[in-house]
Amino acid sequence: MVECACLENKYACKGIAGSNPVPSAIIKNFKVSILNIHEYQAKELFEKYNINTPRGYVTDNAEEVESIINKLNGKAVVKAQVHAGGRGKVGGVKLVNTSDEGKIIAKNLLGSNLVTHQTNKSGVPIEKLLIAETLDIKKELYVSILIDGDLAAPVFIASTEGGMDIEEVAETRPEKIFRIKCDPLIGLTPYLARDLSYKLNIPESSIKQSTNLFINLYKLFIENDCSLVEINPLIITNKEEIIALDAKINIEDDSLFRHKDLEKLYDPNQLDPLEERAISSNLAYVKLDGGEVGCMVNGAGLAMATMDITKKAGANPANFLDIGGSADQNGIEEAFKIITDDNEVKIILVNLFAGIARSDVVAKGIVNAAKETKSSLPIVVTMRGTNADEGLELLKNSNLNITTASDLFEAAKILTKILPTLGD
Amino acid sequence: MSILVDENTKLLIQGLGRDGSFQASKTLEYGTNVVAAVHPGKEGTKFENKVPYFSSVEKAVQKTEANTGVIFVPAPFAMDAIIEQVDAGINLIVCITEGVPVLDMIKIMSYIENKSVRLIGSNCPGLLTPSTKTKVGIIPGNIVRPGNIGVVSRSGTLTYEAIAQLVQNGFGQSTCVGIGGDPVHGTTFTDVLQMFESDKETEAIVLIGEIGGTREQLAAEYIKKHVTKPVVSYIAGQTAPPGKRMGHAGAIITGKAALASEKNTALSNAGVHVVESPSDIGLRMKEVMR
Repeated sequence: MVECACLENKYACKGIAGSNPVPSAIIKNFKVSILNIHEYQAKELFEKYNINTPRGYVTDNAEEVESIINKLNGKAVVKAQVHAGGRGKVGGVKLVNTSDEGKIIAKNLLGSNLVTHQTNKSGVPIEKLLIAETLDIKKELYVSILIDGDLAAPVFIASTEGGMDIEEVAETRPEKIFRIKCDPLIGLTPYLARDLSYKLNIPESSIKQSTNLFINLYKLFIENDCSLVEINPLIITNKEEIIALDAKINIEDDSLFRHKDLEKLYDPNQLDPLEERAISSNLAYVKLDGGEVGCMVNGAGLAMATMDITKKAGANPANFLDIGGSADQNGIEEAFKIITDDNEVKIILVNLFAGIARSDVVAKGIVNAAKETKSSLPIVVTMRGTNADEGLELLKNSNLNITTASDLFEAAKILTKILPTLGD
Repeated sequence: MSILVDENTKLLIQGLGRDGSFQASKTLEYGTNVVAAVHPGKEGTKFENKVPYFSSVEKAVQKTEANTGVIFVPAPFAMDAIIEQVDAGINLIVCITEGVPVLDMIKIMSYIENKSVRLIGSNCPGLLTPSTKTKVGIIPGNIVRPGNIGVVSRSGTLTYEAIAQLVQNGFGQSTCVGIGGDPVHGTTFTDVLQMFESDKETEAIVLIGEIGGTREQLAAEYIKKHVTKPVVSYIAGQTAPPGKRMGHAGAIITGKAALASEKNTALSNAGVHVVESPSDIGLRMKEVMR
């Protein structure tokens, strides 16, 4: 078996257990997408690729639950459809033994928000439930595929320890995890899939089934430009059938231009409302809980650096925001509004080093948005590069509460000075 | 001397749409030797009455002996453009385009594996050698100065910040190289460090990293073993939360090694002058070079 080099890489197997929506501990460098899809949608895709999933139905109506459970012989698993891991630990996945019980649970879940360790404090809304048959489990396995950036190849990851937190397995029993580097031009060959089946101690009578499943899963991953497919657990039933009990698929957003069908699966309700607004305006924005300094920056690296500066100045950044190089005035205005609509923000730090972007356009956007929203928040600005003088002039003449700094160092100093005066 | 690009660079620009044309214009204005422009349907005409257009890279190389190519074509066509340049025999390919699908990138990496071609990017600002006025990409020509500091970075605008601080503290640059913010990218930190180490003009190095991946650790290992010149480093994203992608596709904490603190420790152990605040890059270089 071609085992990938990351097994020898001492950095590979140190994860932060439980803090991550992906099997982070077992991979070092891969691309994360914004497009998550729901479990029921992932299972529909699985079925298309002949990967067996438990019989089940999706509903947004608690009244339907009774009849669904009766169809499933009176016993079922009710699963909240949300874009967050850790559902089971907070009541998002429930085993029900009667249809009455199912109905009560469905009523409680639908319309509520689920808060897991992967969501922010307000959680994500439960709008749909997947109600699936229960199965006899003989053995639980783990499989996933993702792109390892350092190897520049898809990596197939599998473990005999399914149904558990895979990060924990990677931490405590790394020998239980198998990795295969797949050649990007050749793919997962049948012999590799077969070898993997044997490594996972799959019974002889099911080897053909599992080999096909692994090949189909790889095909699904490639044909849909996934950044992650994960089955945890993949089960072997008492009848030695192999079934994907759970399904997780992330689609790489950079590939969506060739997957219009998948783009339709985008569910904006599962995102933080501010993050959702940013996505529709093409802004890279990440909300951070508990910060008071709203950051507006061009460029991802500089945006992170601006957050770091904020922290060094003794404050907390409220967000990551990269306005990019091609944002127009409307984009800048929306960026400003997204920052100020975050109630925790007390001060705004703008850091622009314009290469492609134009400082005057950014300045106009800030001035317009601040006037329109009647924002009185203090703004600290550094503006350099293309048309910086014009931009600074516009800001100076705006009568807004703006302090300009010549560079990052000075911006940090000003921030430190203003922050204590802001109070709670 | 410098690395990768210099007075021998004969630049071909592929993809002269809105952004590509703007950047091509800036490149000419800066004084770089641009020999060919490749854009379908424009053959027979010239870009700004100076640079001949060609409909294919192969033709352009035959006519102009272009040896370096920069790509501005939109992401869906970036893989095709890179392969076209590889096939036409371009030695150094710089892909500025952002948002190239990762499955395309891994195919490209596999395709170029045993060929004598160097790829920088995708999703990078490119590179620039101030002493020879050679700008391949989007690093603004007006912020750099000729000098002896080599700059290598995963970021774009943060690189400009570092350059500005160097200039403010009296340092020019030998060459500035942006390797890009995607998890799968061509030239790595280690490749560039190796070149800076053997470049006579480079006296010290600035390395700008980010959270995500383990490339900074690999750089640290390389520095420990092979780099004798002083290195000042800054890793962006000390305050980034795990599991959230910070703009760049590669800038995400997916395990302990991806943390800024882990990278700083590795670099520090390799004898690198690590700064924790991005505003200290220039100052620290001044201390180091005193």
